[in-house]
Amino acid sequence: MIWLTWRQFRLQALVVAGAVAALAILLAVTGPGLLDDYKTYPNDFLKQIQFARINQYLYMAGQALVYAAPPVIGAFWGAPLIARELEAGTHRLVWNQSISRTRWLVTKLAFTGLSAIALTGLLSLAVTWWSDPIDDAIDAGQAAGVFNVPRLLPPVFGARGVVPIGYAAFAFALGVALGLVIRRSVVAIAVTLAAVIAIQILSPVLLRPHLITPVKTNVIVTTDNMRGLQLSGPEEDPVVMRIEAKLPGEGNWKLSETTVNAAGQVQKTLPNWVAECGPPPPNASATEAQSRPPLSTCFQRLADEGYRQQISYQPADRFWGLQWREAGLFFVLALALSGFCFWRIRRDLT
Amino acid sequence: MTAALQAQGLGKRYGRRWALTDCTLDLPAGRVVGLVGPNGAGKSTLLNLAVGMLTPTTGSIEVLSSAAGTSQLARIGFVAQDTPTYARLSIADHLKLGAHLNPGWDETLANGRIQRLGLDPKQRAGRLSGGQRAQLALTLGIAKRPELLILDEPVAALDPLARREFLQDLMEAVAEQELSVVLSSHLVSDVERSCDYLVVLVDSRVQVSGDIETLLATHYRLVGPRRDEKSLPHNQHVISVSHTDRQSTLLIRTDEPILDPAWTVTQLTLEDLVLAYMGRSSQTKQNDRPVLEVQR
Repeated sequence: MIWLTWRQFRLQALVVAGAVAALAILLAVTGPGLLDDYKTYPNDFLKQIQFARINQYLYMAGQALVYAAPPVIGAFWGAPLIARELEAGTHRLVWNQSISRTRWLVTKLAFTGLSAIALTGLLSLAVTWWSDPIDDAIDAGQAAGVFNVPRLLPPVFGARGVVPIGYAAFAFALGVALGLVIRRSVVAIAVTLAAVIAIQILSPVLLRPHLITPVKTNVIVTTDNMRGLQLSGPEEDPVVMRIEAKLPGEGNWKLSETTVNAAGQVQKTLPNWVAECGPPPPNASATEAQSRPPLSTCFQRLADEGYRQQISYQPADRFWGLQWREAGLFFVLALALSGFCFWRIRRDLT
Repeated sequence: MTAALQAQGLGKRYGRRWALTDCTLDLPAGRVVGLVGPNGAGKSTLLNLAVGMLTPTTGSIEVLSSAAGTSQLARIGFVAQDTPTYARLSIADHLKLGAHLNPGWDETLANGRIQRLGLDPKQRAGRLSGGQRAQLALTLGIAKRPELLILDEPVAALDPLARREFLQDLMEAVAEQELSVVLSSHLVSDVERSCDYLVVLVDSRVQVSGDIETLLATHYRLVGPRRDEKSLPHNQHVISVSHTDRQSTLLIRTDEPILDPAWTVTQLTLEDLVLAYMGRSSQTKQNDRPVLEVQR
């Protein structure tokens, strides 16, 4: 049965394995150099490496490939696995040899599914290992060019560690189950692609923040930690919509931020004088700009009146906790979908 | 004598539609059974139930004296409708598949058959003609050395020549291996050529079932002056009747000699017999329709 599974699967397997191997080799060749640079330039590592175009290219390509692996595996390995048999009627041939349908499915799912896990694992390992110096530098507060997103933030998080493996296993099982329900390869491939991509987009918004209860903290805005001030309305008399502060420390994932007053009430808008905490208006004359009180006065008043930022966030050191939880959740979903396939295949299918 | 296939009150429903209802059947082992019926009569459903591809909605079915299902896959060879094969795998790959998936695989038999049929083992199954593909599917079915071989309309898509060759080949294989065969077809000629036992299935009901020679020896066409079929002796069972003004034509089944000199008695062909049973079912179904008769 393993022979037959491999015989039917080898083309798709080799295409994906080829792409993964090509990238893995490139990463393996350039990775040690990157690590050397990291040790040589402890303080401006990212600024040093951003001028070698290959580094930016590999950083982006690795990320893209890790994100592409689950939808591709789900659609082109998972969806046709059973759908193609049902479509061509060959299930009536293979289910009437001397082995049971259950054993047939066990072999197909295990062989192809473990291949998916192994390949995605290799890919993610290579990308995570290669990017590790860059991610460390970003978490230490450096930033340059494309290298400015901490690994806990959604654009990077899903392309590191064990999460891609969980997604690949899930996408594969989802493809198989959809193929079994839809029974037509092309439709099943399209639906699987759309579903997996949708889940990749939605889970950082809907799922990941809640895997561990976010930390809530209060931050008082100061000259140093202010990161944004949003004004609206006429320039002479703007309404202050909101003000944003940076969390202490690097690499945290900020989920929400609101301003509360001394009584702890959430503020939809801030008093007009807060506009003075920002830079002068663009068309203000030099004398006008000169006559503005120093920024520290404004921030002092903000602190004195009891305004503070309520921020909920995931701290940088929760990276692996969130990784394992998310991967585990998708593994469980993959098992549930496989269970559905076993249940369905024992019933009538003609 | 053991039974190849036994069904008791067997029924299968797809959603709201019954594909097979109340089917009771007893097919002896060691025979080549022809299962004949119009399209949609439930032949495929019955055979799929026998191999365990489907599970019965009502009743029970036994194959080779144990309940049908996937537990006895190795004992039954099945050539499914339209003889499916993997289009992208070669003939050699198919034989390898058979060898890997069947403990009782007879490699000599399989290779010998492919060689004798003049097929190139490297050729992909998708490139084969309908007849060659059917032969490949049959090879897979036979080489696993089953006790019972079930074929679901194996020749339906074949041209007359390929049809004859396939059935001839099947008969040779059966003679060599002494296996029981159940073969379905909607054409009587296929059955006539290859089978020695007949089952007529119409509207999911078994109309007649028996040894073909016995059936032919006990069925007659009677032609004579017009008379009511109710006046026949009790041992003569009427299958079909047609009257003109002066003349009656009856198809009857009887084990006794026909003594009434008023009848001109002729033997039936298998086709006449099957058509008579098929016609009977449509009459009983639409019994509100007047019997066809020329009015003057």
